[in-house]
Amino acid sequence: MRVPLSWLRDFAPISGHPADLAAALSGLGLVVEGMETFGEGLGDVIVARVLATRPHPNADKVQVVDVDAGDGADLQIVCGAFNFAAGDLVPLAPVGARLPGGMQIGRRNVRGQWSNGMLCSGAELALSADGEGIMILDAELAPGTPLTEALGIAADVVFDLDVTPNRPDALSVAGVARDLAAHLGVPFSIPELPAPAGGEYGATVSVVVEAPDLCPQFTGTVLSGVSIGASPQWMAQRLTLAGMRPINNIVDVSNYVMLELGQPNHPYDLDRLPGGGLLVRRARDGETLVTLDDVERALGPDDCLICDANGAAVGIAGVMGGASSEISAATTTVALEAAWFDPVAVARTSKRLGLRTEASVRFERGVDPDGVNRAVARFCQLAGEVAGATVAGPSVDVRGDLPRPARVVLRTSRVNAILGTGLSPADVSGYLQPIGFRSTPTGDGDFRVDVPSWRPDCEREIDVIEEVARHHGYTRIARTMPAITKVGGLSAYQRDRRRAREILVGAGLSEAWATSFLAAEDLARAGLPPDAVEVENPLAAEESLLRPSLLPGLLRAIASNAGHRRPDVGLFEIGHIFLLPPPGEQLPNEPEHLAVALGGGDAQDAVRIWNVLTDGMRLVDVALETTSLPGLHPTRSARVLAGGRPVGGIGEVDPQVLAAYAIEGRVGWFELDLGALLASPRRPAIHRPISRFPSADIDLAFVVEETVPAAAVERTLSRAAGDVLERIELFDVFRSPSLEGERSLAWRLRFSALDHTLTEDELTALRLRAIDAVTSTHPARLRG
Amino acid sequence: MTALADEVAAVEADGLGRVAAARSVAELRLVEQELVGGKRSALALLNSRLGQLDVEERKEAGRSINAARSRVQAAVADRAEKLAAGERAARIEAERLDLTEVIERRHATRGHRHLVTQARDELEDLFVAMGYEVAEGPEVETDWYNFEALNMPPAHPARSMWDTLYVRLGAAESTLLRTHTSPVQIRVMQSQPPPIYIVAPGRCYRRDTPDARHLPVFHQIEGLVVDRGITFGDLAGTIEAFTSAYFGPNIHSRLRPSFFPFTEPSAEFEVSCIFCEGRGCRVCSQSGWIELGGCGMVDPNVFAAAGIDPEEYSGFAFGFGIDRCAMMRHDIDDIRHFIANDIRFLEQF
Repeated sequence: MRVPLSWLRDFAPISGHPADLAAALSGLGLVVEGMETFGEGLGDVIVARVLATRPHPNADKVQVVDVDAGDGADLQIVCGAFNFAAGDLVPLAPVGARLPGGMQIGRRNVRGQWSNGMLCSGAELALSADGEGIMILDAELAPGTPLTEALGIAADVVFDLDVTPNRPDALSVAGVARDLAAHLGVPFSIPELPAPAGGEYGATVSVVVEAPDLCPQFTGTVLSGVSIGASPQWMAQRLTLAGMRPINNIVDVSNYVMLELGQPNHPYDLDRLPGGGLLVRRARDGETLVTLDDVERALGPDDCLICDANGAAVGIAGVMGGASSEISAATTTVALEAAWFDPVAVARTSKRLGLRTEASVRFERGVDPDGVNRAVARFCQLAGEVAGATVAGPSVDVRGDLPRPARVVLRTSRVNAILGTGLSPADVSGYLQPIGFRSTPTGDGDFRVDVPSWRPDCEREIDVIEEVARHHGYTRIARTMPAITKVGGLSAYQRDRRRAREILVGAGLSEAWATSFLAAEDLARAGLPPDAVEVENPLAAEESLLRPSLLPGLLRAIASNAGHRRPDVGLFEIGHIFLLPPPGEQLPNEPEHLAVALGGGDAQDAVRIWNVLTDGMRLVDVALETTSLPGLHPTRSARVLAGGRPVGGIGEVDPQVLAAYAIEGRVGWFELDLGALLASPRRPAIHRPISRFPSADIDLAFVVEETVPAAAVERTLSRAAGDVLERIELFDVFRSPSLEGERSLAWRLRFSALDHTLTEDELTALRLRAIDAVTSTHPARLRG
Repeated sequence: MTALADEVAAVEADGLGRVAAARSVAELRLVEQELVGGKRSALALLNSRLGQLDVEERKEAGRSINAARSRVQAAVADRAEKLAAGERAARIEAERLDLTEVIERRHATRGHRHLVTQARDELEDLFVAMGYEVAEGPEVETDWYNFEALNMPPAHPARSMWDTLYVRLGAAESTLLRTHTSPVQIRVMQSQPPPIYIVAPGRCYRRDTPDARHLPVFHQIEGLVVDRGITFGDLAGTIEAFTSAYFGPNIHSRLRPSFFPFTEPSAEFEVSCIFCEGRGCRVCSQSGWIELGGCGMVDPNVFAAAGIDPEEYSGFAFGFGIDRCAMMRHDIDDIRHFIANDIRFLEQF
């Protein structure tokens, strides 16, 4: 909502610096998103007459113009617009002038022709949005006249307000003025106008309302003797400042009344309205109407139509009029519609048609049901002033059940309990009275509050408390802290998740956040099955699916980093993935996954990170089970088991998938259900005694068949070594052609006892036991 | 049978044999080239002799050349698929690896937590220090939790404040990607009695075209307090406490009236511009303030949906963008950095 300050002053003696007024409006919740000054910086611009135009000898996008700037001399200007002819009057910014945008006009040479100033468009002068051509001025003006004088322009300030959906009253200049005046403590009033009296002919328009539920009030008023023309400058200027384009005096009055009072209304050319009347009814199935914007609209029984007396549609109620009965230059008699339409019905129609108009927005949020007749009176007054209209007869006013404003019990004690204030009952009623909330004391600081008709959003005590808070001032409410009697904290899972992050960061990986969306083809590209939750209304094809795995997102990250010559990045991500819900359930299964992607790393690198993670999280019952998994290298992947249950996969990304992502080299990978992983058995963080005695190492190398995982042999060694084993480490792997189908694996076992230094005999026995265990359990032999 | 037809049959027979005998995709491509690949291939050469025949013969021979060509091409395609599969199988087999055959290595690089995580953790810690717990909820929600329980019944005009992404589950428009973290408020109030002091961080979604300030995927943190005697003053004090703690002692907050269906009174909260500390600069459009989030007293209708008596308990809620906090703190001008995962960005923090 764009509100000119001069217009606000029609209703209240508002004074003060515009910046302070803007702050006051924002403080009331009518947030000022922008503030513009108008009519300033035009002091240098004058009226000039075009004497002659001719082509530029060296350029065809501009022409050369001679103008008379009032001194009778020919002044040469080079101009890029062609919308005028000799004899026209135009605004001229002479050399030395500075325009509202800050542009300084100088004498310029344009391809060999001197330009001694600039002819201006409305946009260049910040007078209109029209930047297409030069502004053509009234032919009566004298060249040399200052433009502000010639146009009767008064400087003004426009506040661009962000009006929240709960404030239909603030979609009118008067409503904004009421709030601001109350805040400033100055009187506010809307001038009372007499109801339009019947004219000498007593002419009326017939009104039939067949759908009173959709249209509880409808008025029709006939104005005759209308002379269509341009609006006076003051009205055109206010409309322009408010963001509407002046059309003709009657349409402008209609818009002016809507902006001023918040009541949309519609003038029809009565002579183009067959039957001389209006009828309101539901649309029929399959009915269509061409609206003012020349679009054919398909309608149905939920939509309310305005029709001529014969039942032919002439407009969509509360949304937009039709083309057939539009005001034209030939109009002499106007039938004015001002009505109150059901907000829900207007919202439904406007949404379905995708047609939001100034009128529909106001009806949707709720216009003042007591304001219809005032708007009619204002229209008649203004139409008389600017279009010579006279009211031909009394308004026809068809009324059904209009909503009654709420009556609310307001407790001062409750106000203070909610706000944390110490307001007196007088404070409370004092804040409410200037904004039209009438409060009647009922004892004990309680009130019966009559909510004004223009505030349909206020229905409950809490809504009125907000009004008190607004006018008291949010920033004046003393800041306190709740007296919390609880100890806060993270859940065990949340602490573990942070720990997992820290471990991975410590292992040299960086954290990624990929979008949750995938394109349909991403799944096949990543070698994943095609099942995924689909987005119903994606804005882009890349947002059609919800990710069932973190793989596609991290591969894209690896690929794009490789594109910046960083192929070796190690990334991890923790985030929700989305799996189709089990039958009978509405929401998807949404586990939190942890994934690691190692650019340039292989499956064993992935296992190294996995080992760090399991050690850090003290997971004890975890194992890798060699198998093929979707998206992973068939002979370089394993299922991850935790507590005996599968919780994810580990290995390398399938070369085919990497090729599809144009990633060269390998990518080590694992992805786990973090919740399931962390729920598996953990080693308690209980201290284990450390030996004070020297430790001894035994190195053992075995030739082991390729089919036996090193981890299996290591488990056997650990078990055989017993509790004197301090640590075990695989330190060498050796393959040669002579070891076909086998490889040599060498471990270092470190032994120590808590209560003594291990003897040579003990160590020998441990060595033999370890060798025996391995060779008797596995197809393996000690390497000689 | 013309001599040409005989030759076609011979070329085809020989060709099919060679296709079948090809040992690798590379060899197969050579064979294909010689048989059907271009002007000098065997079948193309035969084709070029058609001109010497009379009309009827030409038609007949042309048909047989075309038929032979498509049979050869089909055989090539078939064989190529088999060979590629075989070659992949051989490569895959040759690469077989014992994942557990791992020799530990020392490494000496450090990784980096994502900036959004860092901001989220810090915000969580701030509120935990004030006595809050951290609650989480699903990102795909029902319409009831995202809208209806938050005082937005079906067709409520305020629903248009959010551009919602729906998913194809359940009845039409019954399941959606949560547009805010507020559904977690309802889930928490349903699952535990007051007093409630929680923050709920997480991912939210809106149907936005990505640009420097918007992503369809973003991160929000929500706060909810429900207890006896909670006031708007407590809300203002809590916002101020968090603002100065997170952004620094010279950064303050202010509330101004706004509208949210799930709070009443509602407010927007602004913090002093962290770049100029309130003096006014380009970033804050000379106002000295930057809008950060929304807040207000929990609406009685929300309490009703969650089964809490609004006469016994009162409460406040607030929500703001985690990404935005991180962007302000680190002077990041484009939110898309957060999901681009460019290591040159990640490793700066």
